[in-house]
Amino acid sequence: MHSVVCIKQVPDSAQIRVHPVTNTIMRQGVPAIINPYDLFALEEALRLKDKFGGTVTVITMGPPMAEAALRKCLSFGADDAILVSDRAFAGSDTLATSYALSATIRKVMQDMPVDLIFTGKQTIDGDTAQVGPGIAKRLDFQLLTYVSKIVDVDLAKREIQVERRAEGGVQLLKTSTPCLITMLEGTNEMRFGDLDDLFRAARHELKVWDREAAGIDAVEMIGLKGSPTVVSKVFAPKPRSKRAEMIEVHDSDPKNLAVTLLAKLFTQHPKLEQEIAKRAV
Amino acid sequence: MAEKFDVIVVGAGMAGNAAAYTLAKGGLKVLQIERGETPGSKNVQGAILYADAIEKIIPDFRDDAPLERHLIEQRVWVMDDASYMGTHYRSEDFNKPPYNRYTIIRVHFDQWFNKKAREAGVLTICETTVTDLLIEGGKVVGVRTDRQGGEIRADAVILADGANSRLAVKAGFQPEIKPENVALAVKEIHFLPQETIEARFNIGEEEGVVIEMAGKISAGMMGTGFLYTNKESITLGVGCMLSDFKEQKVTPYELLDRMKAHPSIAPLIAGSEMKEYAAHLIPEGGYHAIPQVYGEGWMIAGDAGQFVNGIHREGSNLAMTTGMLAAQTLVELKAAGKPFSAANLAEYKQKLDDSFVMKDLKKYRRMPEIFHKNKQFFTTYPDLLSKAVQTLIRVDGVDKKSKEKEIRKSFVESRSLFGLIGDAFKFWRAVE
Repeated sequence: MHSVVCIKQVPDSAQIRVHPVTNTIMRQGVPAIINPYDLFALEEALRLKDKFGGTVTVITMGPPMAEAALRKCLSFGADDAILVSDRAFAGSDTLATSYALSATIRKVMQDMPVDLIFTGKQTIDGDTAQVGPGIAKRLDFQLLTYVSKIVDVDLAKREIQVERRAEGGVQLLKTSTPCLITMLEGTNEMRFGDLDDLFRAARHELKVWDREAAGIDAVEMIGLKGSPTVVSKVFAPKPRSKRAEMIEVHDSDPKNLAVTLLAKLFTQHPKLEQEIAKRAV
Repeated sequence: MAEKFDVIVVGAGMAGNAAAYTLAKGGLKVLQIERGETPGSKNVQGAILYADAIEKIIPDFRDDAPLERHLIEQRVWVMDDASYMGTHYRSEDFNKPPYNRYTIIRVHFDQWFNKKAREAGVLTICETTVTDLLIEGGKVVGVRTDRQGGEIRADAVILADGANSRLAVKAGFQPEIKPENVALAVKEIHFLPQETIEARFNIGEEEGVVIEMAGKISAGMMGTGFLYTNKESITLGVGCMLSDFKEQKVTPYELLDRMKAHPSIAPLIAGSEMKEYAAHLIPEGGYHAIPQVYGEGWMIAGDAGQFVNGIHREGSNLAMTTGMLAAQTLVELKAAGKPFSAANLAEYKQKLDDSFVMKDLKKYRRMPEIFHKNKQFFTTYPDLLSKAVQTLIRVDGVDKKSKEKEIRKSFVESRSLFGLIGDAFKFWRAVE
């Protein structure tokens, strides 16, 4: 079984600030991390490898510094890593990125067929959740988004069953491979690689592919040219002026608890009771 | 694990990187183990880089090391609650390359330094904690980590695991560190636009200023404060002896908040945005606190060996130098085909004694104890000095002779004549 995991190195968004005057994103000194959602994708691929054997290849598109993210994936247990890096990719939006990654995967498939592609459900810096589906579409792979559990893989029949979280419930889906899966957060816990994996990761010769090596001829499909998205404005949302308040109620009986809470709430906000009553009608 | 190394270096700070780099350049097979996510992620320093120490290891470091500003001005302030009295020394000589001192941001610098070590052939693994030294027949033969995969063997282990080395304590190589031998420093990095910094400190692009602060900034405890200019940020902090914090029941952040609100400092950081805060232990016990630093198959370098010159604010250069000297000892022994026995590793101690490291620490050997026992240097004198200067400067119709008399009186009343003479003698003994 050959799984490809697409990851992205992102600035740790918890530490990013928008400059109060210029409204630009202040990246200085912000550490780069692996997009946290991608780690659930990688761990899921590694678990399938534990179960069925095979190979896990990690791919990222980014600047040379993204090498650190790939080495980390290798230290978790991935077998191979490819850094797709070229100035020609600068300014790529999700459309251009999915084009470049799908071309790279196509190139990978020439050496070894790919059964599954994993991505995180989205990145924490772009939050679009578009690149995964974009890759699936271009490669004509089946697409399973927001997967919370891989229930079964039947290698002989080339079938996969997954649970997918949807609004209002969980769907049990079955499809044929090859397919692309975007993993939901909290679905597994990343392993702590052993010493052999760490040594291998530190010594592994990373593949660094430029545009040509990735098999991309159509320069108009990548970089700024291939990106119809335009960022018109960046701004920091204004903090709410109203402060949140906390009402504390203690009671072992849930019913009493609710009644006391409502009573307290309505005493503090007399209008609220009428409004709710009106809506209930 | 079957693979064996010549040397395992524990830690990827200044001492660890210097040791690992020197060993690999000397042709030894080196494994470096760092517990932080990346080299530098757990390391805290002011931070000023003294070119001399790194130059001895990587002569062309200026080509690509991440340096913030080279320092052209040194300010030393003695402060009371409302004022500072100080000297500023600024010289165009410091503006001539090669520059002597730089401000750096450790997380960037350490990653660069470690990259150099890896390029030289060191195998560095991160996010791995060395839990124990493997000791067989009284000799250190490797390490055990918190990762699966067993023990890793080596002919020697260099402990460069920083202040409060748990490994050295666990192995019985040194006693638990004492609160009166260690300072707790807290610092913050404040973001400010480059132009604002250059305007506020009257400096050009790339030029930097250091302010060292003494006096009441440490609230009567034995300690000092500092403020350094980086490219687009200002680092400021304060450190005092851990035992003093404990005694005086002052929390470190309160002390730092008070420092930031000081009328001489507040305007320098006005309008800035705090980007990072950190705290760290600094071994400041000096010469007498230095433990045994070598044995059968092991050596200690950097903060782990208490190599810090508190009064001159030097630590990272001592760390680099001790790391380098430890490594050089091993490289020479290996070349001579000699084992890494305690008798042979004694050469490391000899190298330390011959270097500025031990000479400087020996010179100031009395300082920690004298300052520790004489808190008037941090309380009474700053106030007296400030009052004296103010009395002289203020023009208020009082004749100069009376003013001088008043100043003399204030000193004698606070400390008595014998006290003054005694303090002068103690101060001289401390720095002699």
